[in-house]
Amino acid sequence: MTSTISRMYRASPLARTLGGFIILAFVLLLFADVEISTVDPWTEFGRLLLGIVTPDFTATENILNAILYTIAFALLGVTFAVIFGFALALVFQNPLVRGFCATIRAVHELFWALIFLQIFGLSPLTGILAIGIPYAGIVAKVFAEILEEADTRAVAATPSGTGALSMMLFVRLPDVWAHYRTYALYRLECGLRSSAILGFVGLPTLGFHLETAFRQGNYSEVSALLLIFYVIIATQRLWARRQLLPIYLIGAVVILPWSVQISMANITRFFVVDIVPFPLRNGEGFEGLMDWLGLLLANQALPGTVATIQLTMIALVATGLLAALFFPLISPLMIGRTGRSVGHVALVVIRSTPEYILAFVLLQLWGPSMLPAIVALALHNGGIIGHLVGRYTETITLRSDAPRGIARYGFEILPRVYNSLLALLFYRWEVIMRETAILGILGIATLGFYVDSAFAELRFDRAVFLIGITALLNIVIDMISRRIRTSLRLRTALEGR
Amino acid sequence: MMHIRVIGICLAAVFLAAAHVFPTPAKAADETFVFTAIPDQDESRLRTRFEKVATYLSAELGVPVEYVPVKSYAAAVTAFRNDQVQLAWFGGLSGVQARGLVDGSQALAQGAEDLEFVTYFIAHHSTGLNETDAFPKDMAGKTFTFGSKGSTSGRLMPEFHIRNQFGKSPDEVFSRVGFSGDHSKTIALVQSGAFEVGALSFAVWESELKAGKIDPDKVSVIWRTPTYPDYQWSIRGDVNSRFGPEFMDKVRTALLEMDDPVLLESFPRSSFIPATNDHYAPIVKVGKDIGLLD
Repeated sequence: MTSTISRMYRASPLARTLGGFIILAFVLLLFADVEISTVDPWTEFGRLLLGIVTPDFTATENILNAILYTIAFALLGVTFAVIFGFALALVFQNPLVRGFCATIRAVHELFWALIFLQIFGLSPLTGILAIGIPYAGIVAKVFAEILEEADTRAVAATPSGTGALSMMLFVRLPDVWAHYRTYALYRLECGLRSSAILGFVGLPTLGFHLETAFRQGNYSEVSALLLIFYVIIATQRLWARRQLLPIYLIGAVVILPWSVQISMANITRFFVVDIVPFPLRNGEGFEGLMDWLGLLLANQALPGTVATIQLTMIALVATGLLAALFFPLISPLMIGRTGRSVGHVALVVIRSTPEYILAFVLLQLWGPSMLPAIVALALHNGGIIGHLVGRYTETITLRSDAPRGIARYGFEILPRVYNSLLALLFYRWEVIMRETAILGILGIATLGFYVDSAFAELRFDRAVFLIGITALLNIVIDMISRRIRTSLRLRTALEGR
Repeated sequence: MMHIRVIGICLAAVFLAAAHVFPTPAKAADETFVFTAIPDQDESRLRTRFEKVATYLSAELGVPVEYVPVKSYAAAVTAFRNDQVQLAWFGGLSGVQARGLVDGSQALAQGAEDLEFVTYFIAHHSTGLNETDAFPKDMAGKTFTFGSKGSTSGRLMPEFHIRNQFGKSPDEVFSRVGFSGDHSKTIALVQSGAFEVGALSFAVWESELKAGKIDPDKVSVIWRTPTYPDYQWSIRGDVNSRFGPEFMDKVRTALLEMDDPVLLESFPRSSFIPATNDHYAPIVKVGKDIGLLD
């Protein structure tokens, strides 16, 4: 009797894992630096609200250029990523390739941009590669997974002795081609977001003007730029057509400002001088190097890692909770047509507003602590997962006598989407960790904060070392996440990857 | 077949891009003189404003002149070092960093206001701190925000005085240290009480006060630093060999003779006066003292 009961109440592996994550996040939250310290935020917040409702589309100079550059960098970056990602996917079984892809995607596009700014300066190549390189790593992984999961019957039916190339081109690819296309289109939306954000470090995209306007408190300009950005993202399905793609790509190449010269000397100098640890350049030898490394580890790398993990884990759990709240907003099973339109707009706004802006608004409201960062990350990622899960519910058919309201949500829908929601969440784990980098620029002392400081102080040796640490951390998270997803059999739709 | 065509065109686009990246070198005769500038306040419509400066310089120097906008002091230094700009309007610290990286580069001119630049420490009224002549040590234990990490008036000088007075790093003096990224943001953050104390350029404070953006019941100045040299025009050392003999002097003259208020308003400065690298020795010393310069 007792054994039956204890068996009944023994938590499943899924529940145990989940419980572990929630408890860990809760414990980290207890030690986290979270408080509300503002005294009177309302003056500035009032100006912000006023600005939001009075968008000024004339405030930004050359706004058309900024829009076109944003789209052009995204198109070319994603095209680069798809071409090279595809090539890498074909040889993805090779552990070296796998490791290479894991490494290049572990570095946030902002960091790639900061590195390429040193090498190529303001050449468009900086923007294209900053998006293209990490995305190639992601595309390679996802394309390889799609190939793995593909139907094997066609391969089995092919006569033995068929060449590997023919097998790939005529048997395996046709089967997965549609998936590749869907995924490439999804990557383009991500690319647009990344492209805008690269403006924060100086590329001439919407983010360039957005960051300046926000920093200087020109909120009507901020509002206009954000609206333009939302429209670009929300209408992507209408304009991103396969037949038009060649025209877009050629257009993108033509409009980008290629006049900036690239000098080989700058490229060489970056690799043989700039990123060599200072004590070595200064002739202080091995001992000097050890001192440098020790100080860097103790003062920046370790505290930065602790803060990064802390922020990531709390934000991860908060993201899951918010996603579960957000997806009904666009689900036909929960809300009528009109309500859904509102929900779609709300989720576009939530997921497309750069975390940096969200965090800074919340910082204004609550004062400096980890809280604005946690909420900003959770809102942004919760918006993305909520959107994907909401769309997934469109494929669910309920019985005609299914309950309504909260009972329908709790007993009919949530159990059906639970698995995909968690799969998406674990997939976004490493993404959330990478995104803490941006919030470092805000002054929360994550690894991203120290990387940003190193670039501001023109100490590229430190910057590259710290970026290496963030990459390592990302690879570890990626591995743990993959293991959890496999052992719990969590599978996600294509777009969540 | 559609696939093949799409792939083909995508590849063609990539090659076209590659061809653009490595173009044949331009002839020296029509080489463009490029400059950059970040004003210490009001960064709106930079291109429109500085293209007027480019037109003026082009007329004075007889070569094509172009303005390139950059995002941060560090980006300006990098562009200068990589020879993507030959002339830049730097802050005190970024100018020192840039000239340290490019042999032979010279400070040419500074704003009349930059000879005696000042940093203001400001505090929210809930702190009970009032303006004093002596450094207000009562600010210890409060929350504090600098401006941008690479700013002279928003970072270097306030950090120097904090270390000098307390004998400790800002992290040890204050309960929390932030970087607002901008002088205007520093005002907004201290005014809202998000941070209790902050430090910023006196020029931005005075102009926002005049514009009515500051509520004197909520935030006020509690200390003014001694003066120090700040913004200046710096030029690369190799310009004479590329743009003709005495080009550097011509640039200096053009800057010093700039008297059109419309052009000066972009910086914003009342006029430009001569400057030399030696003027900035105090900045070098302070930078080394607090470990921002190696």
